[in-house]
Parts: sequence; structure tokens; C-alpha cells
Amino acid sequence: MPSRLRFPDAIGVATAGLRSRRIRAALSALGIAIAVAAVVAVLGIAQSAKAQLLAQLGEEGNLLTVASAESVNGRTVPLPLTAEPMIARIPPVRTVTAVGSVDNVTVRRSRAIPAEQTGGMNVLAAQGSLLPTMSAHLLLGRYLDATAEHYPVTVLGYEAAKILGIGSLDAPTQILLGNHYFTVTGVLAPVPVAPEIDVAALISFGQAERVFARDAGPSRIYLRADPDQVAAVAGVLTATTVPDGKDDVQVRRPSDLLVARIAAKGAFVGLFLGLGGIALLIAGVGIANIMVISVLERRGEIGLRRALGARRRHVATQFLLESTLLAAAGGVLGIALGVLATAVAARLGGNPVAVPLSAPAAGLAAALLVGALAGLYPAARAARLSPVEALRTL
Amino acid sequence: MTTYALELDGVGKVYPPPTAVTALAGIDLVVEAGETVAITGQSGAGKSTLLSILGTLERPTSGTVRIAGTDTSALSDPQLSEVRATRLGFVFQQFFLLEHLSVLDNVATGLLYRGMPGKVRRERAAEVLWEVGLASRTRHRAGQLSGGERQRVAIARAIVGRPAVLLADEPTGNLDSTTGAGITELLSGLAHDGTTVVLITHNDAVAAAMRRQVSLVDGRIVADTGLLGGVA
Repeated sequence: MPSRLRFPDAIGVATAGLRSRRIRAALSALGIAIAVAAVVAVLGIAQSAKAQLLAQLGEEGNLLTVASAESVNGRTVPLPLTAEPMIARIPPVRTVTAVGSVDNVTVRRSRAIPAEQTGGMNVLAAQGSLLPTMSAHLLLGRYLDATAEHYPVTVLGYEAAKILGIGSLDAPTQILLGNHYFTVTGVLAPVPVAPEIDVAALISFGQAERVFARDAGPSRIYLRADPDQVAAVAGVLTATTVPDGKDDVQVRRPSDLLVARIAAKGAFVGLFLGLGGIALLIAGVGIANIMVISVLERRGEIGLRRALGARRRHVATQFLLESTLLAAAGGVLGIALGVLATAVAARLGGNPVAVPLSAPAAGLAAALLVGALAGLYPAARAARLSPVEALRTL
Repeated sequence: MTTYALELDGVGKVYPPPTAVTALAGIDLVVEAGETVAITGQSGAGKSTLLSILGTLERPTSGTVRIAGTDTSALSDPQLSEVRATRLGFVFQQFFLLEHLSVLDNVATGLLYRGMPGKVRRERAAEVLWEVGLASRTRHRAGQLSGGERQRVAIARAIVGRPAVLLADEPTGNLDSTTGAGITELLSGLAHDGTTVVLITHNDAVAAAMRRQVSLVDGRIVADTGLLGGVA
């Protein structure tokens, strides 16, 4: 019967070895835990931040815009009046809405504000279909209704309301558009895919025409198509908008903006993961160091085990398992810490908690790998030790 | 042909340069099953080297070592491990107990490399602890015991696998004389069960308690009270 070490016994021997040096084991495991926590938290936090954008992308991916190209003198040429009804007739188009820029009209709180101080805000003529098409909703008040065609009322974009300092509509509130006072009836929540709405004061097309003598044609059309037909719709939009091909139009997919923002969020992930990897490497070197010391200190034990019939392989297994278990314990602790950090960060950032399953898996795998690699040299050293030399200690 | 428990034929050991010390030179020794042998000699006489070679912890540079008739020079390292796991028991001057383990687990470690389930190992360990008079100490940690008790635990660990040969390196070297006498008695008593005991000692009283005495000077046997007490 050859000498052998059953696997459960090997685990038992390794854990007993670790338990006999608790503080040292705990501190080495802590190094791994911190590194793994960093990796898991980086992946988790990045994923949580992306989760919201990805959800938006899912909702906004089918939004398209058609805008008139700017002419040489910087004035926008309105789109043909027929454009909106024509686009609405493309079968995969679900909803469509048009806005018209009202050029050279300032948005101010009162006459005390100099006209040059535009705050980057502008006036847009908008339709009732804006809310459903943009998936926008109101923070305060109500949207432009049928009476808005006849009365000077306006709905402010989120940023515009902030710039104008309007946080409540409890008291009747008026702002100055050009030289005309308009009553604010509502404030929109942010519209991530259309930042131009956020900085606008929306009025009806009727008012734009009557008060500011604006042409009736829209300057930009928003539409939503069936999600699997978006590209096909985008392909025919130019021809539908200007059938004669005389004017130039720009067809855009605003969700590209979200895609870019998601990419930007991911840009630092690689860097931080690299730093986490370096931390893991350092922790691994720490474990290797501790294990080498452990082999030196435990020469007597190694000699004894060889005298009791342990093969070189059994001694190597013992030390390799010790370092791997140490790293695994650190890895599990690190995953817990990393998930906790992700949850806290997501809560603070108002994002959903989303830890990709690959993060803990990768963290644990990395910890095991580092532990095994760190244990290789000490294990080989312990196995190489001749029994007599090992027993000649003290 | 008689099969001896241990059989050394022209065994020599020369350590490699730079020391190039000749530790053993042409040792011929046969030990029968159930003998108790004390190997005595000055420091540096080669006692420890002889014991290591008997225990397959070290290979001789010349000559052959047979354990229960098997020539160990033909065996691979894993095969030597097997010989140690199944046929030999070791007791050391420094005890080499695993301090953080219980007395019972220390003794059960003697069977660890035989591949037995833990439950069986502990059952056998409990039996042996009773034999060495430590039945009441099984749950204590090794670190909580006195020197004599520690050596009893080490002996229990060495004999838990019922080895044919027990090799002891100065087993009483770290103990006072009274405690040492108890250990010597325990070791010589093992021979009644057929266990061969070979020990190294500086202590004349310990040597006298063994039935046969072999003394070494400069790696050679200079005196041997002979097989089973007779003259060789």
C-alpha cells in the first residue's frame, strides 16, 4: 500500500497550518481581499453607472431626429411644412413631433437682465406630441394645451428653469421672451437624448407665428420608429423630408450620444482594473513571502511529515493548498467588500445596483491563481528539503 | 535464509565536499524482530547518521540496507515514503509535536499518510493514548503538556501504525532522569508486542535498559553485545 494523503485530509492539514498562524494568515488574506474588492468594486460601480444609461438606451434607441442644415449665414432654414405629415406616413414610424427654433429671441427673468445675457437658452415652438415622442415628463405644472395657441404661456426645459431660478410654480410666474412676458405653466424633467430641449422655453407654434412672426415650418422633427426598423426609416428620412432634394437635412440618432457616454464611463475601467491587478500582484508577493518564511520556520514539521511517510508531493500539496486557501479566503472577503462598496456607491449615485456576475467570478479566479502561483516556489522549496536536513533544526 | 528486521551490509556514509566527512565506515549490523538495541557513542561517532540510514531518511554512499528483507537502495523516493509510513516509527529528542493540534490529532497524524479516514485514525489514536497512559489528555493541546507527556504523545504517534521497527533519537535527551526512566520503560515494553526498538542514547541507564548495546567510534562498531544478548 503506497503512502497517500486523502484530499480532505490535505485540506485539513492546510487549514490547520493556517489556523496555527491566524494573525499572519489574516493579514496576508487581507491584502488579497483589498485587491479583489477593488476589482469587484470597479467592475460593479462601472456596471451600475452604465445600467441606467443602458436602460435609457433601450428606451431611446429608436428615436431619430431630422433637422434642417444650417445655412452659410448661421440662420436655420425651416423644414417644409409637409415634412412632418409625410414622415408620420412612413409605416414603421410610431410617433412624430416637430419643434421650431425661434431665432434671436432672448429668454430672461425680467427686463432688469441685460438682453445679451442669454444664459445659453433659446425659444422653441413645440407641439403637444412632444411629451410622448420624447418620453419626457413634467416636473412641475402642466404642458402646453390647446389654449396655448392663443395665450402667451411657456413650458421650461429643466436646465432653463434652473438658470432662471424657477423651482416652484405655486405663485403665477412670468418670464420675458424677447420683449413679451409669457406665463410659465410647467417645467420638464431632463430629456437626456435631447439636451436642446433642456435649455429651451417651449411655446406653441401659434404664438411663435403671431408674437415673433416666425415662419410655420419646423426646424427639427423627432420621431420614434419600430426598434427593428430604425435603420430603414433613417434611410428614407431625407427623401421624405425634402422630396425635391433642394435643401440639405441632417438625420441623427440621438441615442448615439448615450452610446458615447457609456463608452466614456468604460474608459477608466481598464485603468482601474490594471491598478487592481497590480494590487493583486503585490498581495501575491506578500503571500509568497509569508509562505517562504513559513517553510523556513516549519522545517521540523516538514521533516516529521516526511518521517511519517509523506512524499515530496504531499509536502508540496500542503503548502500549495495553504497559500491557495489563504488567497481564496481573501478573495471571498474581497468579493463581499467589493459588492458592499458597489451598493454604497450606487446608492449615493442614485443608480441601480448592478454587479456583473463575471466580477465576483473573475475576482475569485484571480485570487486562486495568485494564491497558487505564490505558493509554487515555497511548496517546491518545502518538497526539496531533505528529511534529515529538515529534522536537524533547533 | 532468515529475514531480519534490519540488515546493514558494509554501510558507509561519506558527506560530499567541502566537509567530506566519513560519518560511517563499513557498518555490518543485523537486528532481529523484537530486539531492543541501544546505539551509544560520543558526539560525532555517527549515531544519528546510522539511525537516519536505518530510517530511510538518508541513503548510504556504500553498502546495502535491508528492511524486513527489502533492499532499500533499489527503492524510489515515493517507495521509501511508503516504507516509512507502513514499517517504521520515529521518536525524536525534540518531540516535533504540532503545538496547535490536540493530543489526539497529533497521534492520529501518525496514520495520516496511510490514507485512512479521519474517524479510524482517531479511534486508533485513542487506543494508543490509553496504552501510553494519556487517555485523560486526548483533548488537551500539545502545547499544554509537560515534557514527559509530550514524549509519550510522540511515542504514541510513532506506534499508532503498529510499525515493525521503532527508531528513537535520544528520546530522553530533553527529560529529567525520572521522567526519562518512564519513557525508557515504555519503549522497552514495546518489544513484548514484537516491535523492534533501536534508540540512540548518551545515557548509560537508558542503554542498559535495552537488551543489546552497540557502540560506535568514528563511524565504526567497536562493541556489540550481540544478537539477542549473545556475542557476535
